[in-house]
Amino acid sequence: MSIEILMPALSPTMEEGTLAKWHVKAGDTVKAGDVIAEIETDKATMEVEAVDEGVVEALLVDAGTENVKVNAVIARLAGEGEVASFETPAAPAPQDDGQGSPKTIRQPEEAAPAAVSKAAPPALPAPAPKLNGASGERVFASPLARRLAQAAGIDLKSIAGSGPHGRVIKADVDAARGKAPSFAKASEDKPASAPTRQHQSLEQQGIPAGSYDLIPLDGMRKTIARRMTDSFRDVPHFPLTIDLEIDGLLAARAKINAMLEKDGVKVSVNDLVIKAVAVALKRVPEANSSYTPEGIALHHHADIAMAVSIDGGLITPIIRAAETKGLAQIATETKDLAARARDKKLKPEEFQGGTFSVSNMGMMGIKSFASIINEPQACILSVGAGEQRPVVKNGALAIATVMSVTLTCDHRAVDGAIGGRFLSVFKALIEDPLTMIV
Amino acid sequence: MDFDVIVIGSGPGGYVTAIRASQLGLKTAIVERAELGGICLNWGCIPTKALLKSGEVYEQLSHLADYGLSAGGASFDFPKIIERSRGVAKKMEGGVAFLMKKHKIEVLFGTASLEKGAPAPKVTVALNAGGKRTITAKHVILATGARARTIPAIGLESDGERVWTYRDALVPKACPKSLIVIGSGAIGIEFASFYRALGAEVTVIEALDRILPVEDEEVSKAAHKAFEKRGLKFRVAAKVTKLSKSKTGVAVALEAGGKTETLEADVAIVAVGITGNVENMGLEALGVTVDRGHIVTDGHGKTNVAGLYAIGDIAGPPWLAHKASHEGVHCIEHIAGLKPANLTAPIPGCTYSNPQIASVGLTEAAAKAAGHEPKVGRFPFRVNGKAVAAGEIEGFVKTVFDGKTGALLGAHMIGHEVTEMIQGFAVAMTLEATEEDLMATVFAHPTMSEAMHESVLDAYGRALHI
Repeated sequence: MSIEILMPALSPTMEEGTLAKWHVKAGDTVKAGDVIAEIETDKATMEVEAVDEGVVEALLVDAGTENVKVNAVIARLAGEGEVASFETPAAPAPQDDGQGSPKTIRQPEEAAPAAVSKAAPPALPAPAPKLNGASGERVFASPLARRLAQAAGIDLKSIAGSGPHGRVIKADVDAARGKAPSFAKASEDKPASAPTRQHQSLEQQGIPAGSYDLIPLDGMRKTIARRMTDSFRDVPHFPLTIDLEIDGLLAARAKINAMLEKDGVKVSVNDLVIKAVAVALKRVPEANSSYTPEGIALHHHADIAMAVSIDGGLITPIIRAAETKGLAQIATETKDLAARARDKKLKPEEFQGGTFSVSNMGMMGIKSFASIINEPQACILSVGAGEQRPVVKNGALAIATVMSVTLTCDHRAVDGAIGGRFLSVFKALIEDPLTMIV
Repeated sequence: MDFDVIVIGSGPGGYVTAIRASQLGLKTAIVERAELGGICLNWGCIPTKALLKSGEVYEQLSHLADYGLSAGGASFDFPKIIERSRGVAKKMEGGVAFLMKKHKIEVLFGTASLEKGAPAPKVTVALNAGGKRTITAKHVILATGARARTIPAIGLESDGERVWTYRDALVPKACPKSLIVIGSGAIGIEFASFYRALGAEVTVIEALDRILPVEDEEVSKAAHKAFEKRGLKFRVAAKVTKLSKSKTGVAVALEAGGKTETLEADVAIVAVGITGNVENMGLEALGVTVDRGHIVTDGHGKTNVAGLYAIGDIAGPPWLAHKASHEGVHCIEHIAGLKPANLTAPIPGCTYSNPQIASVGLTEAAAKAAGHEPKVGRFPFRVNGKAVAAGEIEGFVKTVFDGKTGALLGAHMIGHEVTEMIQGFAVAMTLEATEEDLMATVFAHPTMSEAMHESVLDAYGRALHI
């Protein structure tokens, strides 16, 4: 009896990923919990752990293979002695569909003892039988839409359904015809006059080939490109900028850090900003919102997404329910999340689903900037550098440490007055940090 | 702002829209100048069904011997038939009143007119009880329906005595001995069927070359034959040139095939289509775009005036109650920010004559005209077990598929109670079923619906019982 190891889904929406690296080779013995492979998606790299023990019989997908479909068989384990007692149940054992946990499916098969040396690895096997939570695989489509798509050689999965519950209907297939990549006879199909941006090659724009290096688009880059384009084009956004005097904040920070030194915790200005944002959101809940066609969602918690620059892009790990957390805890979490983000070791639930974003470019000396809305969040706060600037106090020039912040708002959910109220509450908190703990 | 939504007209378009609005949490008012439920409940769909049932039962009495039964002295009491029909309408009207109350919809009885306002036009209601009330809302939905089309120039206009529209035909003092029905659409055919069942001499005049001209040609033909068997007379491709009245009756002059003819009868019913109720509401001053008696709307019922919508008969054909309800629900859901499915679902049409006629989607001819290469199936009730057992063997089921894709394009039926069967095909078309899905569906035995299955099989040369 051999055990199939399937491509895991790292998130509910993941359809395919890159098998970045194998940690085992054929003939290795693995036990439950051993890391056997690394999977890369547009967002993160995840380790795949074995859930069964056995000898690796064959690796069916080469390291570095892109677009491996979720639930495709990626390797086979030859079970040992114990395995026989697993007994294939008539009905599939229910498996936890929690993200990230690799799944194995046991199938009754004639025992093919370990010694498989290789034989050319078969082309990607068909998706595994739908024994367990492979529901992500099913595309809802009307019978007619299925037939039309098949006739036109269009992959149903590439079509966004406009029917009830996203069902693909005839009209969707008609719309996709000629526009969608056809696997039948691409050459014959005229490119439809799709309303997408005309893309001219660099050569057409006068930059000769060979005069530059081309870095291929990886999953993260494609995701950033798509999400930012959609957001910037579709979300009516506007920026609001305000200056904050942070001398008091810096003094408070020094005091706090002196207190926390023994615990090995160091609070950054950014941590204080996150704390202040969380408190301000509690007081102006309208800014902690998302626009949806059904209504404006006011989120119960301030789940603060913080932009972290990483190799090849950026990612936004989340401090959950930041309004309930103390500074020390926030500081510990941000440090841990940022470190794991740089190593691409974040779990999907750690960077998906924030309610408000903070992007800080102060450390790079940027004075002020306006970020692009991170959908579906209605607001993102862009934090500039704290620097000494001349200010007028009581009619006389003085010097203060000033930091400019800009709040970009989704006008569908957050009007100028709401954004302004949020910023004035936020300013009061930052300029008098004691009020944060009141 | 008094309301979120004001609906003007409480027919099946208006009152259903109001209920859905209330379900969506919108504060809703409805304005009605006559009876709740509109024409449908009071002067259309429902009371005519009551009359037709009386006619059907009476007609069956003459076939009792076929079933091994006998009963002596069959007769009818005409005023009682009319009374029953009015009672049914009254009961349904009461039902709508209850529904309005249940959903906390404020009902204003009176005649509405509109004037400029923001975000939607202001509505002034001249109350039936006297006085005026002006109300405002974020959205105003016109659902004022339609009325019988008349052509006074050639005498096609009701006088309530000798020349009737559907309204008069529902409440006559006596059953006419002879009757001319002008127009062979669903309304004309239903009245013809009813009065013929009670023994009147009925002639139906149709300008086009066949009766029930919107139906599939084969169905038209079968209906013509079935009605003639019952004693109805027809003049097709005949143009009415003049209707004149006398003390005792009417004379209808017509032109057919180059020849002229004059028919005489006690009464004439004018059923030559309908026209939208667009007048005297202030639409002109608001600048609402009206095209040939109907308000022009977008795919969600929106007119060219901000905050003003129109649904149902007033927004164009087909002039059917269920189309109005469907449009109304779509319109209000769209207003509420939901994303209702596009208004592309096929709309079935039913004629409650004896035998009944029901259809949905494209006729065979229309399918060809639209560029399809149709595959057509037919199955007669004559060989259907349930139909034979019930003694209702007239008629058939016809299905039209796209030859290339197997999409069900249309279905057409004539026969006993086929109006209850058409929904099966409406569901199939809405779900975009193909012949394969219909073939794979299990139909209960014995039912007349089995003919639906067989018709599908027949389109692909696989019918089992013929």
